[in-house]
Amino acid sequence: METINNLLQTLNNLFLIIAAAIRGLFPDPLSIWANLTLNVINVIMIIIIIVLNILVLAILERKVASWVGQRVGPNRLGPHGWLQTIADGLKLMGKEDIIPAGVDKFIYKIAPMFIFSLPIMALAVIPFGKGMAPLDLDLGIFYFLAMSSIATLAFFMGGWASNNKYSLLGGMRAVAQMISYEIPLLFSLLGVVMITQSFNLGVIVEAQSKIPFIFLQPLGFVIFMIAGMAEANRAPFDLLEGEQEIVAGPFTEYSGLRHGLFWLGEYSNLLAMSALVATVFLGGWQGPGFFPGWLWFWLKVGIIIFFTMWARWTFPRIRIDHLMHLAWKVLLPLSILNILLTGLGIYIYRLVMGG
Amino acid sequence: MTIDNTQELVLNMGPQHPSMHGLFRMVVHLQGETVTKIIPKVGYLHRGMEKLAESRTYAQFIPYTDRLDYLASPHNNWAYVQTVEKLMNVEIPERAEYLRVIFGELARIASHYIMIASTSLDFGGSTPWFYFFRDRERILDLFEMTAGSRLTVNIMRIGGMSAEPPEEFWPALQSFLDDMPGMIEEYYGIFFGNEIAQARLKGVGILSKELAENLSITGPCLRASGVNYDVRKAEPYSIYDRFDFNVPVRTGCDSYDRTMIRMDEIVESVKIIRQAARDIPQGPIMAKVPKVIKPPAGEVYHRVENPKGELGFYIVSDGTTKPARVRIRAGSFINLQALPIVGAGWKIQDVIAIFATLDAVLGEVDK
Repeated sequence: METINNLLQTLNNLFLIIAAAIRGLFPDPLSIWANLTLNVINVIMIIIIIVLNILVLAILERKVASWVGQRVGPNRLGPHGWLQTIADGLKLMGKEDIIPAGVDKFIYKIAPMFIFSLPIMALAVIPFGKGMAPLDLDLGIFYFLAMSSIATLAFFMGGWASNNKYSLLGGMRAVAQMISYEIPLLFSLLGVVMITQSFNLGVIVEAQSKIPFIFLQPLGFVIFMIAGMAEANRAPFDLLEGEQEIVAGPFTEYSGLRHGLFWLGEYSNLLAMSALVATVFLGGWQGPGFFPGWLWFWLKVGIIIFFTMWARWTFPRIRIDHLMHLAWKVLLPLSILNILLTGLGIYIYRLVMGG
Repeated sequence: MTIDNTQELVLNMGPQHPSMHGLFRMVVHLQGETVTKIIPKVGYLHRGMEKLAESRTYAQFIPYTDRLDYLASPHNNWAYVQTVEKLMNVEIPERAEYLRVIFGELARIASHYIMIASTSLDFGGSTPWFYFFRDRERILDLFEMTAGSRLTVNIMRIGGMSAEPPEEFWPALQSFLDDMPGMIEEYYGIFFGNEIAQARLKGVGILSKELAENLSITGPCLRASGVNYDVRKAEPYSIYDRFDFNVPVRTGCDSYDRTMIRMDEIVESVKIIRQAARDIPQGPIMAKVPKVIKPPAGEVYHRVENPKGELGFYIVSDGTTKPARVRIRAGSFINLQALPIVGAGWKIQDVIAIFATLDAVLGEVDK
């Protein structure tokens, strides 16, 4: 019993132990060099997480699409086809890097870099386990949403710089969609912030030790899921890449690894949104003790990602004016209602408990 | 209505496009997301069929007719073959008539499946597409059993049918018909009952009754605008007057009704096939026609109810083995005229929906 407890504790704190060991290699564990090294290692870890995520998500998407349609999906490469993404990546790398004439070269080239780097930055504040947020910001949620907002600009850059009317249309749709859905996204999180009195994601996870916020904030959860799917340009909100209408939207003129970067960015965005949902609504790394905390986190993220993919392959695409109607006339009033109800709830709770 | 400092965008939705049902090109004038003008440009699939007919014998032209509306090829065969039989005054055996009806109605179901599947795919829902195509596979298996090919079946001859369905055809047909109600339930769940799909179809692309009649629209698009006109009832050809079926008519005039009426027609087709399979007599499948077909000089026009509309063949014969002129009145070509008129004023996504529900097959449009 003792040894099992010890073992579980070690597993739980595995990465903290490794980090402490690395710090210990330096003569002064708190020096600027130690901090710098650990930060660099954190960045590398996040990039590794993102790459592993892509490896799994790209094939998972196709598998889920197939399972919904009673098919098997890619099943040639690797065990039951699960190594397909490696082949996809190699194929994209082997393609010719075509830059069409007449594009705005600088913006054309940096747009995919933006899309890819923003989710990496956003993931820095997520606590992957107990005390394992690479960047423990007191402004956690705020920083995260700020990073997601810049993605709007990146899509528009891709759309404008390609000398193509389809891309322009896609870029305009991107801006309209993403800025409209940012507001319900923010407001649905405000309910949680009101309960925990803090933007810090570590504090929010700790506050869910009794009961995850999905039960205290069901409306906020639903609004966040819908707005999150719209922010991440997943169906039913994927007008951006509405293949049947504007071919590939802002991505039309990108080929080879640049196109691959866009796809990496989309899946990383999905991961970032799901990680935020798992942290804020589902309790982050909290869970019964027989699994280490960071494993619980990934299980919850996996469930949300699976659910998102399921929704994508079930619903058809929504029309642009219905999209706007949904954001401004349905989700925004509902999220304001959510804040009102949360405020009332907190007031009554204080009255009942404090008085 | 233009706002200052905005410009109208001219977008070419070209022949290579993921949702142009075939090689279709349209030049679209856009004001933001709203379409102000559509200019369809057809002809990318023109193969010169009517000219080719003048240098082929009557029997040699039958495989060419398959390729007109390649999604419902038995009907094309049927229209042509019946026209020639009308010219030659040939009476074909009962069994051949029943078999023609069975294959024709199966093709109608297959064609409507594709239309609804493509509409759903154009909306971004790729899953319903798979459901419809999975069920269409069973029809194609039935075709392959009899004719050897799945899509362009080439199964009718002047005077009857080319082949007799094998033993395993009839049980397979029965099981397909029996599974149909369950399949329709599934379709409602995955596509028709979905709010997003309904919101994108309802009220979109109104084709009013007067407009439909003035433009000579035929087929399900006409019946979804409230006009009760079906060639099978108006001018019964083959043995359609023996079957008990209704002609579904809807009055909504919008894309939703144009889609749902095809589901109604599938249900009616199942009724017809059941009756045909029950009443089919034994006998020969080919009448006594001469080896070399030389119809008397004259001209004749005959039409059938294609799943897309009314398909008519006008043949001028000069007494030789090759026709002097074959003119094909294709339903899709006439129906496509409605696109610029009905589509103006809607969003791009609605124009895609309208084009999908008008159900034009470019093989027929361009011949």
